[in-house]
Amino acid sequence: MAGILVYALHDDEGNFNKNSLGAISEAAKLAGQIGGEASALVVGDVADDAAAGLGKYGAAKVYRAKSVPEGLAQPIVDAMAKVIGDNGISYALFGGGLLGFEIGAGLTARLGAGVTMEVTAVKVQDGKLVAERPILQDSEIADVGYVSEPGIIIGRLNAFDTNETGGTAAVEDVEVELSPWSTKATMVQRGEQRGADVNIEDADILVGGGRGLGAAEGFKLAEELAESMGGAVAATRAVVDAGWYPYAAQIGQTGKTVAPKLYLAAGISGAIQHKVGMQNSENILAINKDPNAPIFEFSDLGVVGDLHKIVPKLTEAIKAKKGG
Amino acid sequence: MKICVLVKEVPDAAVQKRIDPSTMRLDRSGEKNLNPFDTHALEAAMQIKEGGAILVEEVVAVTMGPDSAVRALHKAVALGADRSVQLTDDALAGSDVCATGYSLAKVLESESPDLVLLGQQSDDGECYTIGAVVADHLQMPSLTQVIKIDVNDGKLRCERQAEYGYDTVEIELPAVISVGDAINEPRYPSLKAIMGAKKKPLDNKGAGDVGIDASQVGEAGSKTKVLALNPPPAKEAGEIIEDEDTNETVEKIVAWLDERKLI
Ligand SMILES: Cc1cc2nc3c(=O)[nH]c(=O)nc-3n(C[C@H](O)[C@H](O)[C@H](O)COP(=O)(O)OP(=O)(O)OC[C@H]3O[C@@H](n4cnc5c(N)ncnc54)[C@H](O)[C@@H]3O)c2cc1C
Repeated sequence: MAGILVYALHDDEGNFNKNSLGAISEAAKLAGQIGGEASALVVGDVADDAAAGLGKYGAAKVYRAKSVPEGLAQPIVDAMAKVIGDNGISYALFGGGLLGFEIGAGLTARLGAGVTMEVTAVKVQDGKLVAERPILQDSEIADVGYVSEPGIIIGRLNAFDTNETGGTAAVEDVEVELSPWSTKATMVQRGEQRGADVNIEDADILVGGGRGLGAAEGFKLAEELAESMGGAVAATRAVVDAGWYPYAAQIGQTGKTVAPKLYLAAGISGAIQHKVGMQNSENILAINKDPNAPIFEFSDLGVVGDLHKIVPKLTEAIKAKKGG
Repeated sequence: MKICVLVKEVPDAAVQKRIDPSTMRLDRSGEKNLNPFDTHALEAAMQIKEGGAILVEEVVAVTMGPDSAVRALHKAVALGADRSVQLTDDALAGSDVCATGYSLAKVLESESPDLVLLGQQSDDGECYTIGAVVADHLQMPSLTQVIKIDVNDGKLRCERQAEYGYDTVEIELPAVISVGDAINEPRYPSLKAIMGAKKKPLDNKGAGDVGIDASQVGEAGSKTKVLALNPPPAKEAGEIIEDEDTNETVEKIVAWLDERKLI
């Protein structure tokens, strides 16, 4: 049977990841078209009703591997490989994020399966799934098909919308024997929040700061500009990894997704992993000194120039306008 | 300990990349360079070697690619690798992620490394997955997007950002680690190192030399197939202002914001 298996990621509080739920809904839709069923795999100590609740998003069945720890890829590869093998499942689907990339890649090796990543849409052709994958900085979209089963599809962040159709899933516990190498990595600490707990999700106006700000101190420019407009400050992974700004302010694949009225990107190149978290903003304004920066491909107003010259004057001008 | 660093030759950042419609593969003509993300992996290897927490006997740069890819190896050696290995074979052309990961694992197997390092992505392929594919074939633990590695008691303590914040993970060796670009600031090669790079040992291997099953690689052995290429949905081009007179630029920006009732 042409089933589709989705890995449903959850945090330490047991909340399922929105991208996983979206993948379940997408799998349910596609499974209907290829004559199969959507199922989900959860690992760790997930309660019966929480697991069964994935049925609400379209999972007909939920496999639960209680003894497999959440958070690291390789034990989950063991679990998914077993479920796929035991149940003759045709495709594995992952929502956007990071762990799905690692699990999907591990499965590729384990099952000799084709893999497509950063997938923005999936369609059915001749009863088989075809993944749409943007390539070369999103300048082209490749339709990728699979020559054998199973096929592995790793979605891009926010590619798949959740669709609550109601229903509960049957829960089946599975016993998984971990591969020796899957036990050689141990989580010491998961999901550490570095930096202050700032709120960027409720802001109508966001000033995003990137490596172009030059240093942690450069964020003062972004903060003053945001303040002049009554907005908040967001950041890229590059500056969060560098310790310039708190993780809670990060937008993108492993950060937050936002859609403010205005996103003003200062010194941000516009990498795909950042774009996926802010591309639905109503208005995008970018200031970047590199005329070829990818961000200009998806901004409504692009300003080519040195932000250190432009931003302070812009802040003053906005203040003057508001005051006058 | 022996560290193998996977490197790749990619089109230079300045080259407009395109797919050759007749082969559905990347057009690899034009200026090429060492994948910039790989320089972080090489630097990480050098810092482990120089850090002294564990004795590193050798850093070996490993690539799979056509003859020209030797230049990526020369760059890797100039950045500190002691020697290099190139896997070249016509049979490998057109390999997808599954086939590439398998091939790289086979060539790595012939080196028996204690640690495999690679960059977070290749500038052309943007797949982010090769490390985890290689690791499963080698039956080694792995982690990707790592931005800090400490060596302690023969184990690695790694940090990386995932969906919910920063994870700290302890990993036993041998292991495969892909490093994020925030892990370090790669050094520049010295002139002497650049001049000496071609004299360092370079092993050339074919698919058969490392036991690659030819039916699993190349276009024929790949499990995915590009069926079509389409342009992305057309998006209205944004307005562009070149900053010549900053006062004027700022006026234009304010007017634009004002028009949209954003201030
Ligand atoms: C698996 C994975 C997950 C990721 N997750 C995320 C994520 O969640 N969020 C995220 O943001 N990134 C993420 N990334 C990283 C992403 O790929 C980019 O590396 C990152 O977004 C780049 O940040 P940046 O734009 O600040 O830096 P850079 O790419 O270095 O860009 C800096 C820009 O500033 C410009 N600049 C420099 N000086 C000036 C100046 N004086 N005036 C004006 N402009 C200037 C430069 O021209 C350049 O375009 C992820 C990557 C991977 C592989």
